[in-house]
Amino acid sequence: MRATARVYWRLLAAGFRRQSAYRLAALGGLVANLTFGLLKVAILFATVRAAGGELHGYDTASMSTYVWLSQGLLGSVNLNGRTDLALRVKDGQVAVDFLRPVDLQAATLATEAGMSLFALIPRGLPSVLLGALVVGMRLPSNPVFYLLGTVSLLLGIVISAATVYLVAVAGFWLVETRGLQILYMLASGFLGGLYVPLALFPGWLRAVAAATPFPSIMMDPIDVLSGLGGEAHAAGLVLAQLAWLAGVAAAGQALTRAGRRRLEVQGG
Amino acid sequence: MAETAGRLERLRPYRAVLASRARSQRAYRANFAVDLVSSLLVGVVELAEVWVLFTNVTALGGMRFNQILLVFGLADLAFSLADLSFGHLDNLPDFLRAGTLDVFYLRPQPVLAQLITSDISLRRLARAAVGAAAMGAGLTTSGVTWSPHAAVLLVLGLVSGYATFAGMFVLAAGLQFFLLDGAEMTNAFVYGGRYAATQPASVWTRPLKLVFGFFFPMAFTAYLPAVAILGLPGPQWLPAWLGWCAPAAALWSWATGLLCWRWGLRHYQGGGG
Repeated sequence: MRATARVYWRLLAAGFRRQSAYRLAALGGLVANLTFGLLKVAILFATVRAAGGELHGYDTASMSTYVWLSQGLLGSVNLNGRTDLALRVKDGQVAVDFLRPVDLQAATLATEAGMSLFALIPRGLPSVLLGALVVGMRLPSNPVFYLLGTVSLLLGIVISAATVYLVAVAGFWLVETRGLQILYMLASGFLGGLYVPLALFPGWLRAVAAATPFPSIMMDPIDVLSGLGGEAHAAGLVLAQLAWLAGVAAAGQALTRAGRRRLEVQGG
Repeated sequence: MAETAGRLERLRPYRAVLASRARSQRAYRANFAVDLVSSLLVGVVELAEVWVLFTNVTALGGMRFNQILLVFGLADLAFSLADLSFGHLDNLPDFLRAGTLDVFYLRPQPVLAQLITSDISLRRLARAAVGAAAMGAGLTTSGVTWSPHAAVLLVLGLVSGYATFAGMFVLAAGLQFFLLDGAEMTNAFVYGGRYAATQPASVWTRPLKLVFGFFFPMAFTAYLPAVAILGLPGPQWLPAWLGWCAPAAALWSWATGLLCWRWGLRHYQGGGG
């Protein structure tokens, strides 16, 4: 048991180190994050002001918190649906992964989580800090939100990796998953609250979003970290995230097992 | 006469490549259909992001939803067409990393012209259709008083917008020679620029007006022509008459783009193969 845990811990650390090799890429990502952040601030502040200074619990200060937390998370959660695994399923190299004495899903999630955690250092934290410096934002004073927020953030990262994993293993049946990947990209960004906080959506669209795992990837960690809605609400969101993680992970296990039997490696 | 024939002859290789790329995309019908549908959805979701804001308020930056539709439509139509014909310049870092750019040097044609004509993404036509539909809806519902002026502004805005976005793709490609792994940095003004172009520029802070109003002239691609067509007053620093200056923005975009491209091309030392 301990030996197994150590293997996945090492994979996590390897993912972390792997991402640290691309420093210039991280800087490029940060510049793009900040630019998009400033444009989001402009349009969303204008929306809050047009609504009379308060809109569904957001004023400009808490809207700023939303913008910069979402921009900061962008480097750590996968909202584009692209993965290395999808390519490996497509060209059959995944057969080699199946030969290794580790669980394919757990190993993939550990590596992805490691890469995501590293991205918080050059992309996540600077986005939030620079946003706070340039635009200003409101952060909760109660430490409970930081504690719950950290848990929620980690859960969001793993749920994101586990959901993209589903897109990748769908390749056992579809082979070409690009269409699915683009669908994932559109749905996760829009329903996950990347451009507009979900509270601003009309009721029926919020209900549609709540029926998908996407809000638990980005919107929930932001709501928990910014302390909107109080402690009980935040704890409820974390519990809902746990439920989504269990569901998505179980689906991934089932699909991997079924897909393994479908896998056909061509050529000799 | 002989001169035109000579020019046509020189363009023949480019046409041959483009035609083959267009054919190859349509060869796999199911795949092409999926591409078209996903590209259409990209446009629809981008429009939905704007619409969601307007379920909360009636006007943003002095514009109602049907007026914003005109801005969004102009911007997205021009951008999608530029993306269709220039978007693959984004692949330059792959060529640089693999060292395959050197092949382009061996042919007796300019490297940039070869790269631009090396591909054409027909799927972006679906997204352009969303832009065109939004533009049409904006024009018909926002009470535009039609006059030759308005028609000229519309055509001028579209053509200049297309050229401005294309210039941004060239500028980004020129910078890739230096950035390599940092390629994502140019997304800030290419895709960030597209996002900015769909917004009413009246909501921008002063630094944003400087950056996306003038340096990367995104306000000229849609907002300013739209304001001039609708007869609205522009915000501070961006008066409505600037809508007529959209071609100047396109020239500026191409001037910076080509300058950067030359600079980058000279900096390039080959793949070492």
